Amino acid sequence: MAEPNGIRYDLRVVASWIHPGARVLGLGCGEGDLLYYLKTKKEVACTGIEIDEARVAHCIERGLTVLQGDINEEVQDYPNDTFDYVILSQTLQQIYEPADLIKSMLRIGKRAVVSFPNFSHWKIRTQLLLKGIAPVSRQLPYQWHNTPNIRVITIKDFRRYAGEVGFKILKEVAINTNNHDRSGRIINLFPNLRASYGIFLIGKESA
Amino acid sequence: MSEYIEHDQVGKSVGLVEKKTFTFAQPPDEMILESGARLGPVTLAYETCGALNADQDNAILILHAFSGDAHVAGYHHADDPRPGWWDFMVGPDKGIDTDRYFVICVNILGSCNGSTGPASMNPATGKEYGLEFPMVTIADMVAAQKVLIDHLGVNKLHAVIGGSVGGMQALEWAVRYPEMVESAVLLATTTRHSAQAIAFNEVARQAICADPKWNQGDYYGTDRPDMGLAVARMIGHITYLSDESMRLKFGRRLQDRADFSFNFDAEFQVESYLRYQGRKFVERFDANAFLYITKASDYYDFERQHGNGSAVKAFSGTAARFLVVSFTSDWLYPTYQSRAMVKAMKKTGLDVSFCEVEARWGHDAFLLPSERLTALMKGFLGHVNGNG
Repeated sequence: MAEPNGIRYDLRVVASWIHPGARVLGLGCGEGDLLYYLKTKKEVACTGIEIDEARVAHCIERGLTVLQGDINEEVQDYPNDTFDYVILSQTLQQIYEPADLIKSMLRIGKRAVVSFPNFSHWKIRTQLLLKGIAPVSRQLPYQWHNTPNIRVITIKDFRRYAGEVGFKILKEVAINTNNHDRSGRIINLFPNLRASYGIFLIGKESA
Repeated sequence: MSEYIEHDQVGKSVGLVEKKTFTFAQPPDEMILESGARLGPVTLAYETCGALNADQDNAILILHAFSGDAHVAGYHHADDPRPGWWDFMVGPDKGIDTDRYFVICVNILGSCNGSTGPASMNPATGKEYGLEFPMVTIADMVAAQKVLIDHLGVNKLHAVIGGSVGGMQALEWAVRYPEMVESAVLLATTTRHSAQAIAFNEVARQAICADPKWNQGDYYGTDRPDMGLAVARMIGHITYLSDESMRLKFGRRLQDRADFSFNFDAEFQVESYLRYQGRKFVERFDANAFLYITKASDYYDFERQHGNGSAVKAFSGTAARFLVVSFTSDWLYPTYQSRAMVKAMKKTGLDVSFCEVEARWGHDAFLLPSERLTALMKGFLGHVNGNG
């Protein structure tokens, strides 16, 4: 099977945080690019959860362990600390009960990785400010009436959310990249304004 | 299961295959069954395709569903009109690649296609067993298969694969011989029958028993209870299809006529189809075997037999990597039953993949050519234990 030379830039950042041989659960794993990379490059024991039959089948054809189902329900079945990392990549903005899901992720996993498109990027701000329309960007390409993204999240909001829900931010990286790009860069200066994505490594509050 | 339903042939065939038999448990060393009864000698009919490699790590055991047989793929002779029941899945470069794997398929104990069953000769009486045949269970079927697998010199199974009642056998293999079974593929199956599944089996059994020719199972050498068995098969067929597949296949169309004839002939196409399936079935199946095998599948209870009622406990006795596949329109073993199985496996920490395949053909979907199912099978088998 032909594999891409590299995976998306944001996934590469996530992969760099996972130690070799770790146990990983990927929620909403899509076609399994990240899991395949982790499995083949880092000998990570991967499981994925994905709702779409064709994507699930694609993952299984690649030799990945993947379950078809709704991530909010599927996370319930695992015993505590089954995984070293539970990854929710670019899906948080579509979750109806994000606090419940994050709590479950930190119950079944020692740590979790959460990434999302940053809604306070300056291009989004200017669309609303100057044009007065609901922002549409390359990262969030939908109109208000057909978007699956029911939550608007900013990097700043997520930091505050940690205190409310009760989890610890262990690492955070803001990047500028487009959804399908293999390239990107890390934004250190004014990330909430300049970064298109935020990626967070989080852990239990007590840990 | 409609093993020999007509469909287009797919890809290259494995070619000529040979039905073989193996006999063991000669008295006084009979096989001791789950019920405590003794049975011997026991003959199993089986077929193999492909070759066992030098490392002996490429054997795959295929477990057939209740009315199937050992003839899983290929042809018995040059002008054989049709291949084995899973020819689209088993063959060179197919989902189960016979260039790569050594495939074994065994006719189940209690059946009537070469293996010992109620239609076999009872050495104690010199007559067919009939109802003298002891009740056999799924566990007994698997225990008998294990003797054959040992005899073939296979001590590791790359995979056990089964649909429907074959899936129950695959589960039983995984829990009885965890050190031997590297992976298991469970298609359209369940850990135990629902009341609805038992109910349909019971109506089918009653159809046989109500046929006066059944004669308490003692009909060999005289007229057989063909009518009862045909009706039993018709009931089964309804459960293997789906509302949608019947609507597409038959609708309310009439067979060979333009209008109603106001009598009880097979006027609707669906009636004609069911009668045809019933007639065809009695040519290849024994009524007593139908009774015994359906009862064995009703008795099967993976949770009760291996986990004191707990599926999680039962699965903790397995070590295989699992692939579970259900089909959207299967209402005999619906998806929720596969999901329950997967849930228990997750709680046990097993490596399990699950896919619900969109299919309109009901329970029989696993017996019909499907690119999706073939691709899933190929991918899963090719990567067991990180190979491939």
